Amino acid sequence: MSIEPGETPPEARLLRSILWGAVFVAIAGVAIFSALEMYLGNGSKTVRYSGEADIRSEFSLTDHTGQEVTQADYSDRWQLVFFGFTNCPDICPTTLAYMSSVLDLLGDDADQVAPIFITVDPARDTVPVMAEYVSVFHPRLIGLTGTEAQVAEATRNFRAWYKRTEDDSAPDGYFMAHAGHIYLMRPGGEFEAVYQEGGQPPEALAQEIRKKL
Amino acid sequence: MKITTLATALTLWPFFASADVTISDGWARASILASRPAAAYLTLTSNQSDQLVAITTLIAGNVTIHAVETGGDDVSRMVKIDALDLPSGEPVTLAPGSMHLMLMGLSEKLEEGTDLPLILTFASGARMEISVPVLGPGAMGPKE
Repeated sequence: MSIEPGETPPEARLLRSILWGAVFVAIAGVAIFSALEMYLGNGSKTVRYSGEADIRSEFSLTDHTGQEVTQADYSDRWQLVFFGFTNCPDICPTTLAYMSSVLDLLGDDADQVAPIFITVDPARDTVPVMAEYVSVFHPRLIGLTGTEAQVAEATRNFRAWYKRTEDDSAPDGYFMAHAGHIYLMRPGGEFEAVYQEGGQPPEALAQEIRKKL
Repeated sequence: MKITTLATALTLWPFFASADVTISDGWARASILASRPAAAYLTLTSNQSDQLVAITTLIAGNVTIHAVETGGDDVSRMVKIDALDLPSGEPVTLAPGSMHLMLMGLSEKLEEGTDLPLILTFASGARMEISVPVLGPGAMGPKE
C-alpha cells in the first residue's frame, strides 16, 4: 500500500506534522518522567534499617493452631520474624533451619523470644499446612497465616516486600518472590535489627540476641 | 572440599569415559509435605567443558535447576536454568541459599535416612546415575 506524495493535500501534511509532533512530545515526556521516577523513587525501594516508626510488628493473623492472634499475644517476648511460603524449596527451609539453630543455641533464653514464620502465600498455606510445616523445624516455631488482606497488612507494617511471580516451572504456576530478612523486634513490637541467613553463623546471631535480652 | 563416596557410585557409559564428571557433596533435604517441592544439592566437576541439561528421578514429576537471584533490594527470586555450564576442571556447587535442584510433583515425601536416585544428562551426551542421601529438613549440608 502506498500513497503518492503529490496527492497529499497541504492540510493533511500539516495535520500529520502536528500529530508527529504530539507523538514526539509524548515520548519525550514519558522518558523524562520515567527517568525522574527512577531517580526519585530509588530511595523508597530500599529497606531502611533504622527509623523505628517505619518498621513495626503489627498484625492480625491466625496461628498454626487456628487461634486468631495479634502482635499483643507476643508482647512479653522479643520476636524473631521471617516471611516466606511453604512451596519455597530452598531459601525458606534454609532460613527456618537457621532460625531453629539459633533457638537451640539460645537454650533457656529462647523463652524470651517468639520465633514467627509468616506466610506470604495464604491461599496455599492454610492453618493445617502451616501446622505440619512449622512443627518439623522447631517445637517453638509459630506459623502465621490469614486472609490476603491480613497478610498484606502485616508485610506492609514490617516493610517486607513480596510479589507473586508467574513461572511455568513452579508448583501451581507461581512463586512468591520475597525478601529473605529475619527481623528482630523488641517486646513492644518496635524494630530492633534485621539479619539474613548466611550473614553470620547461627552462633554469632544467638550471641548477639542474648546480649540484647 | 570433601569428595564423598558418591563419585564411585556414578555409572558412566563406557564410551563416554573421556567426559568424566565428578559428583561430590550430594544430598537432598527431607521434605515436609509430598505436595511441596523438595531441594537437592551437589557439586559437579567436569574434566572437560560441558553442560548439565537434564535431571530426572522416578519419584518426582520434574526436576529443574534453580538459581537464587538476590537483587539490590535483598529480594530473592528463583531463576530457572535450562543448561548449567560446567567449565573444564572448575567445581560448580549447588548449595542452600544459592543454586539448587528443585523436585516437583513428588510421588512420596523425601524421608530422612533414605537415598534419592537421580539421573543426570549432559550436553556431551554423557549420562550418570547417582544416589544422594536424604538429610533432615533442618540440614544445611552433608556432615563433614
